[in-house]
Amino acid sequence: MEIPQAAGIGLRTAHLAAFAAEDSPTAPWLEIHSETFLCDGGPRLAMLDAVVAQYPLSCHGVGLSLGSADGLDPAHLARLKKLFARVQPGLISEHLAWSSTGGAYLNDLLPLPYTERVLDIVAANVAAAQDSFGRRILVENPSAYIAFADETMGEAKFLTRLVERTGCGILLDINNVYVSAANTGGDAAAYLRALPTMAISEIHLAGHSVANGMLIDTHDARVSDAVWALYADTIARIGARPTLIEWDRDVPEISVLLGEAHAAQVILDQRAGGRPHAA
Amino acid sequence: MPLELRDMQSRFRAAVLGSGDGALGALLRADENIAARVAVHRHTVRRSLVEVLAAAYPVSRRIVGEAIFAQLADRFVVAAPPSVPQLSAYGGAFAAFIAHADIGQRLPYLADVARLEWARAEAYFAADAPALDFARLAALPPEDIETTRLHLHPASRLVASAFPIQRIWQVNQPEVAAVPEIDLGVAETVIITRKDHHVATRAIAAGDRAFLTAIANGGTLGEAADSAVRIAAAFDLRHALRDHFIAGTFRDDAQQSLT
Repeated sequence: MEIPQAAGIGLRTAHLAAFAAEDSPTAPWLEIHSETFLCDGGPRLAMLDAVVAQYPLSCHGVGLSLGSADGLDPAHLARLKKLFARVQPGLISEHLAWSSTGGAYLNDLLPLPYTERVLDIVAANVAAAQDSFGRRILVENPSAYIAFADETMGEAKFLTRLVERTGCGILLDINNVYVSAANTGGDAAAYLRALPTMAISEIHLAGHSVANGMLIDTHDARVSDAVWALYADTIARIGARPTLIEWDRDVPEISVLLGEAHAAQVILDQRAGGRPHAA
Repeated sequence: MPLELRDMQSRFRAAVLGSGDGALGALLRADENIAARVAVHRHTVRRSLVEVLAAAYPVSRRIVGEAIFAQLADRFVVAAPPSVPQLSAYGGAFAAFIAHADIGQRLPYLADVARLEWARAEAYFAADAPALDFARLAALPPEDIETTRLHLHPASRLVASAFPIQRIWQVNQPEVAAVPEIDLGVAETVIITRKDHHVATRAIAAGDRAFLTAIANGGTLGEAADSAVRIAAAFDLRHALRDHFIAGTFRDDAQQSLT
């Protein structure tokens, strides 16, 4: 089912049963982490089927490792294809990051140096994923804690060229833009203006925390005021986009997540000229 | 010198699975805070994978305590990180790791309890299949019953131990506040089954163990019953089958004949 230009929430296993139930909460759309559902069968997949029957669903990957020098794992691509065939996602997304090397999966979205050679590798991997899935994917900007010494372009430029090379879309995570700018000395507003507007097909919002003088993309809190302001500016400038609230640690009650989504929906509705959002 | 991506990624792996930024630091933009920056990733990698193991092994964790478990799990993560991005499949080798660790030597039942926990995790995520019921077996001509071959359901797991692993598992559930004394001299074999999306764990007698082992090895119903009776003269086939049909131990191959 197509993902509406509305504010949905990330579906985590703690809330899976509630959203699979017949009296499930009202939400315009949901997003799952694809890798959470790569099991063969059992209750988790059965509940996912019940969710799919009730909500438009987006599949957000965290393990494809688009930045791997080793290339993509064909077995993992096959597992994802099987899941996509089952749930028919409205959108498929992954990260501008890597997580696998030398046969080890490190379960983190690790950073890439933005150079021509790395662009060649990531573009080849994105193209291979799109060929395999038979459709366009969105690529999300990561949160940065370190910067490499030998980079030849900024991240916004790298993403822009990746879009030009592969036809992929951008999943714009505004919290990540804010966190990365704070940690590596960038300008969040300038970054947002540098991206190709038309390619931005989804927006993520999440909370972060502060540790050791850095902002950490912990997804364990409400969206910060600064990120809300960047979001409102972005929507005013580029128009409405499907928007998602992510919350992965210390996951709160569903009502808190829906409250955050409502705050995003208010901003989307304002952009639509005060028209109330169609339920 | 151009940065080789594969080289960077292997340095990064060494840095997050090791303790310093080592060879990675040379590739990063100069900064007084490099160690703390790399540590953000080390922390995410290690903590998230320890949490995956904690979710799969809640009873083992309760037995050894949170701090010792975290230490043990972290050593496992460093020694054997996941090979595929599918965390429901990560941690099957943890029981063997426990068996060789000091804590596994001090608590000789711990590795078997961990095997039970992993079997439960596997059962939860195993493929769906219809369970064989009594009516289907009863519909067979009586002369075919002996030569019928049953198949374990994809979610069924048999775990044998020299320790009372089912009892240990039971008394270490969250709702049990005070763990009672347990006689560790009792050997238990456990059958894990899944029915209606619920994973159940049940200790079985020696005869039933021989029966299920024979079936798992491809024996006919007659052969399996014979192995059971050799171990336990009082083995009651009807009784055993009834319990297994209730639990959903066997798979119903609707397309295949049972013989």
